[in-house]
Amino acid sequence: MTDIRAAHNIGAYVPMIDGPEKVSGQAKYTADTLPRRALAGRIFRSPYSHAEIVEVDVAEAAKLPGVKAIVTGADCAQTFGVLPIARSEHPLARDRVRYRGEPVAAVAATDDATARQALRLIKLKVRELPAYHTAADAMAPEAIALHSQRPGNIERDVSFELGDVEAAFATAVLVREATYNCAEVCQNQMEMHAALADYDAVRERMTVHASTQVPYYVHLMLSHILGMDMSRIRVIKPHVGGGFGCRTEALNVELIAALLARKAGGCVRLVVNREETFITHRGRPETDIRLKLGLRSDGRIAGVECECIMRGGAHSGYGIVTILYAGSMLYAIYDLHDVRYVGKRVLTNTPPCGAFRGHGTVDVRFAFESLLDQMAREMGLDPIAVRRANLLKAPTFTDNDLMVNSYGLPECIDWVERASGWKERKGRLPKSKRRKKGLGFACSHYISGASKPVNWTGEPHATVKLKLDFDGSIVLLTGAAEIGQGSSTVLTQSVAEVLGLDISRIRIVSGDSEVVPKDNGSYSSRVTFMVGNAAIDAAQNLKAVLIAAAARKLEAKPGEIECLGELYRAGAQDKGLGFNEVVAEALKDSGTITVTGNYSTIPESQGGKKYRGAAIGGTMAYSYSAQVVEVSVDEETGVVTVDKVWVAHDCGRALNRLTVEGQVQGSVWMGMGQAMSEEAAYHDGLMLTANMLDYRVPTIADSPPIEVGIVESIDPHGPFGAKEAGEGSLAAFLPALTNAVADAIGLRFNDLPVTPDRVFAVLEKRRRALNSPRPGGEGDF
Amino acid sequence: MMRILQLNLNSRARTDAVADNVLLLDYLREIVGLTGTKTGCDGGECGACTVLIDDIPRLSCLTLAASVSGRRVDTIESLAADGRLSAVQRGFHEKLGSQCGYCTPGFIMASVGLLRRNPHPSEDEICTALGSNICRCTGYVKIIEAVKYAAQLCADGLTP
Repeated sequence: MTDIRAAHNIGAYVPMIDGPEKVSGQAKYTADTLPRRALAGRIFRSPYSHAEIVEVDVAEAAKLPGVKAIVTGADCAQTFGVLPIARSEHPLARDRVRYRGEPVAAVAATDDATARQALRLIKLKVRELPAYHTAADAMAPEAIALHSQRPGNIERDVSFELGDVEAAFATAVLVREATYNCAEVCQNQMEMHAALADYDAVRERMTVHASTQVPYYVHLMLSHILGMDMSRIRVIKPHVGGGFGCRTEALNVELIAALLARKAGGCVRLVVNREETFITHRGRPETDIRLKLGLRSDGRIAGVECECIMRGGAHSGYGIVTILYAGSMLYAIYDLHDVRYVGKRVLTNTPPCGAFRGHGTVDVRFAFESLLDQMAREMGLDPIAVRRANLLKAPTFTDNDLMVNSYGLPECIDWVERASGWKERKGRLPKSKRRKKGLGFACSHYISGASKPVNWTGEPHATVKLKLDFDGSIVLLTGAAEIGQGSSTVLTQSVAEVLGLDISRIRIVSGDSEVVPKDNGSYSSRVTFMVGNAAIDAAQNLKAVLIAAAARKLEAKPGEIECLGELYRAGAQDKGLGFNEVVAEALKDSGTITVTGNYSTIPESQGGKKYRGAAIGGTMAYSYSAQVVEVSVDEETGVVTVDKVWVAHDCGRALNRLTVEGQVQGSVWMGMGQAMSEEAAYHDGLMLTANMLDYRVPTIADSPPIEVGIVESIDPHGPFGAKEAGEGSLAAFLPALTNAVADAIGLRFNDLPVTPDRVFAVLEKRRRALNSPRPGGEGDF
Repeated sequence: MMRILQLNLNSRARTDAVADNVLLLDYLREIVGLTGTKTGCDGGECGACTVLIDDIPRLSCLTLAASVSGRRVDTIESLAADGRLSAVQRGFHEKLGSQCGYCTPGFIMASVGLLRRNPHPSEDEICTALGSNICRCTGYVKIIEAVKYAAQLCADGLTP
C-alpha cells in the first residue's frame, strides 16, 4: 500500500491537452464549419476616410439572383463598444464613415462569387469631410469632431500628479528629457476573423460561432445590436487561431453576420480576408511619448514626468483603458514617488485600435527603460545597478494604490545577469570594423487580470462548474476561452492536482454559452489567476463531497479520510475505496454531482481613487520580467541581428513549465517584431501594410534563441502561487534591443521600429559628421 | 470550364469534376472537406496552407486544383497512422511547437517534406525549410526543438 500516491502535475512539463487535434488537423476553427446551407457573407467597406453618408444604394445589388439579404446602417441604430461608457461604433456605418474600410453594407448570397458581384453593384454617395490621419491633425483647433460627444477629438484626457515632481527633480544630479515614437502595430494573429451566424426564425433564436477571446462580451453585444433577449442567443467559441488582444471585444464581423442571418432567415458564414482582418485592427496605437526623469547620484529615480499621446483610431474601443494603463503602470515595477502623467487618447480617421498584448504598458515601458539606460550610461553607472537601486519591497502599495504582494524582479535581474555573462561580457564583446556587438538590458511587468471587470455586475469574478456522474469522469465546465494560450490545460491541471488524479480523468468543455458558466474571457492575463482560483475552489468542493461519501462508506469521520486520488482510505492500514466506489457512494445522495467554484478579487486590489480612472492597473498580482538582448549591427548595411535573448519571468509559480516557456518566448518574440520590423503604415488613411509581406513579421530565419529562466515568487493569492506568464515579458524586449544597439554602435534609437533603413540613415549621418562628434559619445536619434 | 481531376489524395485515389479556376486549397477544404489545411492570408504570404505534392511542400493557395491531376497530394490528415501521431506531429505536440494551432498544419507539412528528403537536418536547414511559414505564437524556438525531436524519433524508426 505504501506506493499508492496522489498524482501531481503542477510544475511539470505538460503538453497541451488539445494538442493532438491541433497537430492532426482535426481542430475545428470557425471557418472550418461549412454547412451546405450556409450563405456566403461579404462586407462593403468605405473607400473614404471621413465622409457624411448621403445614400447607400443597394437596389441593383438586391436584384442580383442569389442575393438573399443586404444590411446597411438603416438596419441597426444601436452602437456597440466594450466599455459601457464609450459605445461609439455602429456595426454598419450610419450617417457618417470615419475610416477607410469601415463597414457600410453587407450581403448574404448563395455563394461567394455572387456575394462579391453584389458588392460591386452597391453605390455609396457621400459628402467628404476633412480627414485626420495623425493625432496632431485631429487635435488641431480647426478640426471638426469625429464624434459629437467627443469635442476636440479627445477620447480621454488623463492627468495626475502624485508627490511633488519639481521638488524631486531639484534633488537629482541628472535630469534628462527625451521623446519617443512607437509605430502602430497589429496583432496579425494567424486565423482571420470569422463568424457563422445561424438564425432559427421559428423559435426566434440566434446561434453564433465566433473567433473571439470574449464569448460573453459577444453575447452581450449581439443582444444589444439585435435587440434580442439574451436568452435567445447562444455563442459558441470553437478553436481560435490566436488573439493577442484583437478579439477582446465584440467585433463588427460577428455582429454583421448575425444581422445578415436574421434578415435572411438562415445561416450566414462570414470569413473576412487578411486585409480586412488588418483593417478590423484593434492593435496598439501609434504613441508619442515625452519622458523626463531625474536620477540621484546613487542611481535612485527622483521625479518622473511622462506625456503620452495615442492615435486611437476612429472609435473608442478600449481607448480610455489603454491611456489609463500607460500612466498607472509607470508604477508597480520600481519604487517611484513624485510622478506626473498626462495622457491623451485621440480619435483619428484610421481603423480603431484596441488592447494589444501588454495593453497600454509597452510603449511607455520602452521610453522609461531607454531613458534610464541612457542616463545610467551618462553617469557611468551599470544599467543593472540602477534598476537594483530602485526596487520595491513587497508587500507594499504603490503611491497610486496598486497592491504588490509578490515581487520576483530582483531574482529575474540576477538570473539574466548571470545567464548572459553580463559582468564578464558587457563592453568586452568583439567588434570588427564592420560588425559591432552589444548587450542591452531592460525590465517590464504586467497585471494578472484587472481586478475590476469591464462590466461590473456584482457576481464573483470567475465561476467554474464540475460535473461528476456514473462514469467516473469529471467534466470541467468553464467559459474561459482557450485561444492557444493553454487555459484549458492549466484549468484541467488545477482540478486534477487538487483531487490527486491524473489529468486524463478530467474532460473540459469551454466556450459554449448553452453549457458553460459565464466568463469574462481571455484578456489581461486573467484566466490562470482568476479562473484558476475558481477551478481550485470547485475541485476542493468536489473533494469534500467525495470525502464525505468515503467516510460514510468506511464508517469513519471525514477528517480521518485520506484522499490519494484514485484511492480514499481511513488510515494507512485501510484497504480503502477506489475512486469509482467513492463516486458510486456519493451519487446515492444526489444523483449526478455538480459543484461550483468561485473566485472574487479583494477590494484592496482594485486600485485607488486618487485620480479619475485610478482603478485601472489594479490587479491581484503583477508578473515581472528582466531581459538581456545581444545584438550585432552591420555598419555597412544597417542590419541589426539579435544573436540571443536571455529572459527571466516571475510567474509566481510555473503551473506548467512547458507552456510558461512557450508564452514567455512568444511574448519576447512579439516584442521583437514591434521593435525591429512591424509597422502599420497608411497613405491618406489607406493601410499600406494590410498583408503579411508588407507588415513584416519576423520569420524563423530572423528569430533568435530565447533562453527562459523561470522565477517563482509564490504569490499569496495566486492559484498554487501562480501569476501571469503571457504578457509581461513583451515590453522589456523593445528597450533591451535599443539599449543593446546603443551599446554596440553608440547610437540611440527612440523611434520604432528600428529598421535597417533607419539605422543606415543614422550611420550615414554620423559618418558624414565624423569630425564633430556629439558630447557624451552617444547620438540621440 | 470544368475539368476532371484525378489524383492520389492522402493515399486514396479520387476523381472530381472541378472548375479550372478552383484553388487546391479551396478544393481540399470545400469540395473534399479536409479542413485541416488552413487559409491564413490573401495568397502566398503565410504558409498555413502548405501541403505536399509528390513529397514537395507547396502552397495550396497558389496552386490550381486542376494542375495536380495525376499527382500525389498529402495533407495534414494523412500523417497519423493507425490513430498514432507521426514523428513530426509528436514533436509539435510534445515540445509545444503548436500553441493556437492555426499555422501548425502548414509547419508540420513543411517539416515532413524536409525530413522525407533530409532525415538529419541541421538547425540552419530547418530554418531554411520553414522560412516561408509564419507562426505568431511561439517565437519559433519550440518549433525548432519540435523538428529536431521529430528527426530523432525518425532515427528510432517512426515515419515523419
